[in-house]
Amino acid sequence: MAEFNTSIKDQGDVSIIYLKGFLDAHTAPVLENTFSDLIDKGKYRIVANFKELSYISSAGLGVFMAFIEKIRENNGDIKLSSMNDKVYNIFDLLGFPLLYEIFKTEDEAVKKF
Amino acid sequence: MVVKSRTENLSEIREFINSLVRKIGVAPDVSEDIILAVDEACTNIIKHSYKFFPDGEIIIKMKYSDNKIIITIIDYGEYFHPNSIHKPDLQEYYRHKKVGGLGMYLMKTLMDEVKYSSVPGKYNQVLLTKYVNSGS
Repeated sequence: MAEFNTSIKDQGDVSIIYLKGFLDAHTAPVLENTFSDLIDKGKYRIVANFKELSYISSAGLGVFMAFIEKIRENNGDIKLSSMNDKVYNIFDLLGFPLLYEIFKTEDEAVKKF
Repeated sequence: MVVKSRTENLSEIREFINSLVRKIGVAPDVSEDIILAVDEACTNIIKHSYKFFPDGEIIIKMKYSDNKIIITIIDYGEYFHPNSIHKPDLQEYYRHKKVGGLGMYLMKTLMDEVKYSSVPGKYNQVLLTKYVNSGS
């Protein structure tokens, strides 16, 4: 079975989510829980680091859509960083760069807050 | 390949497709497109056709000839025939918190042909076609 997990690092008032493995319809609830936990704690400034994400399907992309409005209503944002070309291509095909800021490095994303 | 309609089986489905396209010698970026399209098709079947009923059957077959890969996916769930496939309007999704439909658009974009056919009450079938250059 494909594995997916997340880990979190706080840097100042920004929370960085590290995504690792395969994000599909089966594993998307893991990421939903990660976002829900952050929101419950009032953490709305979020960087998602994709460096170790090997695979994403639309179910994974849907998680970002599900939480972005609530986060922006609270003056926060989800910024994306460190995607490999394959993963970026999927985001790009669906027009995500219009709605989300995507950075090459985690540092750049964190500094934009 | 015959698998039950459970999201936990998606990784096995991807492995199955990966092993088949490797044998043909399809370029890695093309095989990744095919794998994702099959994942999206099966996810739609699990969600919309079987509505998360875990013991439905999904049958997946692949045929390769004349530099053309055709993947046939059959299920026996509810009649499921997507309407017109168009690029999702993300702004609209953003406003209405609607997140469905992305997979269908990806399938259409990643494959050369996507054809649905159904016999209501009996089965649904989707044909995914990709033109490839073997050995490329």
